[in-house]
Amino acid sequence: MIKSNWWKVLAVVLVLYTAIAGLLMPVPRLAILNETIRNLYFHVPMWFGMTIILTTSVVFSVRYLRHPTSRLDTLSHEFAKTGILMGLIGLATGSIWARFTWGTWWTNDPKLNGAAIAMLIYGAYLVLRSSFTDEQQRARVSAIYNIFAFSAAMPLFFILPRLTDSLHPGAGGNPAFARYDLDSDMRLVFYPAVIGWTLLGVWITQLAVRLSLLKQKVYEKQLA
Amino acid sequence: MAIRELGCIFAVPFTTPVAVQLLREIWYLIQKDFRLEWRQRAALSGMLLYVGSTVFVCYMSFALRGGQLPVPAWNALFWIILLFTAVNAVAKGFLQESRGRQLYYYALVRPQAVILAKIGYNAMLLLGLSTVGFGVYALVLGNPVQDVPLFVSNVLLGALGFAATLTLVSGIAAKATNSHTLMAVLGFPIMIPMLLMLIKVSKNALDGLEWEASRGSMLTLVALNLIVGAVSYILFPFLWRS
Repeated sequence: MIKSNWWKVLAVVLVLYTAIAGLLMPVPRLAILNETIRNLYFHVPMWFGMTIILTTSVVFSVRYLRHPTSRLDTLSHEFAKTGILMGLIGLATGSIWARFTWGTWWTNDPKLNGAAIAMLIYGAYLVLRSSFTDEQQRARVSAIYNIFAFSAAMPLFFILPRLTDSLHPGAGGNPAFARYDLDSDMRLVFYPAVIGWTLLGVWITQLAVRLSLLKQKVYEKQLA
Repeated sequence: MAIRELGCIFAVPFTTPVAVQLLREIWYLIQKDFRLEWRQRAALSGMLLYVGSTVFVCYMSFALRGGQLPVPAWNALFWIILLFTAVNAVAKGFLQESRGRQLYYYALVRPQAVILAKIGYNAMLLLGLSTVGFGVYALVLGNPVQDVPLFVSNVLLGALGFAATLTLVSGIAAKATNSHTLMAVLGFPIMIPMLLMLIKVSKNALDGLEWEASRGSMLTLVALNLIVGAVSYILFPFLWRS
């Protein structure tokens, strides 16, 4: 499946559809949110995509520990990097949205903090990777950290926001978008947007993996 | 050397169940860690002094303004001191073991025993350190805790959780080149969620709320400790191999 092209076409179509329909289709009229509600199609899918892609990275780490090959290590590394990219874009879009609805770039909120912690963890993952010279050692130890950090921190990112009061939708009794979206107009764009952005992330990762594997090959040729 | 007693494991007949063998190995390793600690008391007294002087530095810096610390600040400061103490105390766990000695363990015991023994030893060490820390802290900065049993059991959970999380992290950091910086960088983000729960429960204890209010958070903490312990148990053999 990963070698064929149909899913890349699907990614382009869905992201284009998100951009056009997301900006033109009718949305619920709500006080304060106004037209900024359209950011839902760009901000929220980033987090869905990031979670999916980071989970994939952990799956590759587990597979690496079972059968160590440098290809699995590269895959898990590149998926983690794409996850970081999506997380950073998610933070940026969220921050801008917060500025125009809550009047501040950043507030003390469990979801925002969870996102920041996730970025810190994966920053640490990158630092850890860069502090090894031996490739096998680097691959194994960073796979271990990837699995450990994911399983220690991820459950809480889904539990903590539900326990605490917050401005952020979907937490502490604040409704998520399902409550506003009575006529399901937004779902027509939102779910395709999630799939589209995630596929785009997978595509970026695939290109990065190919580039990195090619670089390794060139390097090995130079050594030979 | 205390390590020679590890040889006793060979006296265990092969027919004994695996779990019993594992428990015996853990028991010997914990004993070994305590004996080593006791023989080179410099490290232990160093850690105690570290807690003491950190508390005193905090006391002096706040005493300059004169007057009592507000309760939330007291709480946050206490946990930050414990966090840094834990990172420093646990960090030396794997760093102090020489390569040769690690190879020796590798030949004698299974890796699961090594990690569980280290977690157990670190948990006891941190329990001791945090009790001393709490004592000194309450002595100089005042003790506004209204529900002491809840507070102490929360500190107990915290010490267990810090030990469980940081032990594997110190094992990871020990493999890398700049271990001491990595220890903090790798450990802190993983510990923030745990720390938030701990601070919440300890605030409840400070305010003297009934146990019902903190039961959910404490159960989450227990679950988190179990997750972290189980994942360390599964992952450590892979780390050990290199």
